[in-house]
Amino acid sequence: MLKDITLGQYFPGDTVIHRLDPRTKLVMTIVYMVALFTAKDIISYGVVMAGLAAVIVVSNTKLKMLLKGLKPIVIVLAFTGILNILYAPGEHVIAHFWVFTITLEGIKTAILMMLRITMLIMGTSILTYTTSPIALTDGMERLMGPLKKIKVPVHEISMIMSIALRFIPTLIEETDKIMNAQRARGADFDSGNLIQRAKAMLPILVPLFISAFRRADELAIAMESRCYHGGEGRTRMKVLKYKRRDIITFILGIAYLTAVIVLRKIGL
Amino acid sequence: MGTIKAENISFTYPAEEGKKRSLVLDGVSFEIEKGSFTAILGHNGSGKSTLAKHFNCLLIPDTGKMEVFGIDTKDEDRVIDIRKRIGLVFQNPDNQIVANVVEEDVAFGPENLGYPSEEIRKRVDQALKTVGMEKFAIHAPHLLSGGQKQRIAIAGVLAMEPECIVFDEATAMLDPEGRRDTMKIIRYLKKEFGTTIVLITHHMDEAAQADRVIVLDSGKIVMDGAPREVFAQVEKIRSLGLDVPAGTSIIYELERAGVDIPIENLTVEECADAIYNALA
Repeated sequence: MLKDITLGQYFPGDTVIHRLDPRTKLVMTIVYMVALFTAKDIISYGVVMAGLAAVIVVSNTKLKMLLKGLKPIVIVLAFTGILNILYAPGEHVIAHFWVFTITLEGIKTAILMMLRITMLIMGTSILTYTTSPIALTDGMERLMGPLKKIKVPVHEISMIMSIALRFIPTLIEETDKIMNAQRARGADFDSGNLIQRAKAMLPILVPLFISAFRRADELAIAMESRCYHGGEGRTRMKVLKYKRRDIITFILGIAYLTAVIVLRKIGL
Repeated sequence: MGTIKAENISFTYPAEEGKKRSLVLDGVSFEIEKGSFTAILGHNGSGKSTLAKHFNCLLIPDTGKMEVFGIDTKDEDRVIDIRKRIGLVFQNPDNQIVANVVEEDVAFGPENLGYPSEEIRKRVDQALKTVGMEKFAIHAPHLLSGGQKQRIAIAGVLAMEPECIVFDEATAMLDPEGRRDTMKIIRYLKKEFGTTIVLITHHMDEAAQADRVIVLDSGKIVMDGAPREVFAQVEKIRSLGLDVPAGTSIIYELERAGVDIPIENLTVEECADAIYNALA
């Protein structure tokens, strides 16, 4: 169950998408998100989706992995869908009962909203699937570089993020171990109602937190031993350089966003 | 000039509430020669890991003087100078790996030292080759076995090209195969690069491979000498809560049973020969 959480997981590969500069990918993810929220109707959604599909194909990302990443938000999706169906106003009434009115427009809105959330998670997942966390945080550090002038601890923030990402699989593994250890002593995580299950999870958190703090302590010592002393004077093995593929991507990205904006303006 | 020189160092951790402060290190003095291979033994709480943390300024002695490469560890301006020349490998490989890709983790040390990127690339490739992990350069570390992860951690230290490497129970969490691999790398480093090795361990057969064994108990050095001499004192070692290598143990029992057999044997082959000769 816990192994299914794939958000923030990198799958090494060697496609064009993998090789793009992380800054390009970050900016493009933002472009994609803006496009996604600009899209208004079926056609513009189609364009956004076509872009996503193209990236999925080029980056060789397995659809199974993307769908797995959606699992944790199934409830949110269902909730959004139901609320929109029940409450969205519209003219073509399909059914009417008690205070609820289900309309054709409501169903359409619901579908588009669910699609939007799904595509949002998928699109951002591709960023983390195809970019190593170090490259990702390196890219963020560079993009946010100018903020250093106003005393934003850019390097520290990116270091914290990259370490957090690095320890996700380790802590998941640990959680699994703790759960199994407690199962072996009769703990029951799989039955009962939601509240009972949530209560059963509490005893996992205590050992998990203790071990996470211990890990943090040991990691800090190991980092210090390897001469870590903040961002000052630190160089990188992989220096980020924009290449031709990045420029092409930028051009495609601008065209993509423009297309979606134009479609919105003409009401599609 | 010795690589590491401790002069009567003592150290106490800040006291917990309601507990008495006790000395973790109590007047420890020794010197470790360049290019030597020293094992430090002691049961849990004997102060051996605390001592290791003194080697690279993670801890500063309360009293006494610790010199590494002739630099006083109290000198805050030269901490990096010391740390880049003396690498530490710790027990849990998971908690030493910083990055999500093997080669980026190995690059962490040299990156901190501010080397140009081509130089870092060269060092990373060399370090991964030394530990035999070049095939895994772009793997995710959490998918590797414990022994492989520890090799990555060693590579991460090697990439800084230190003159001395301290292994702080680096084999304690590994399976026998991982332990064997780690010991092989340690011997290789000593032979090929003349790296000074300090091995802190629980495993007597690992300590037996060193040139010198230091035994710590309650923060004091209680034994110091060649492994042969140290392990020959079977009763004393056992009274400190430690064990002797399996071969030595057999010979000791034979000797007690009245067989005329010299105790100063260490390796399995030596012990086998000695037992064969004594019983023949």
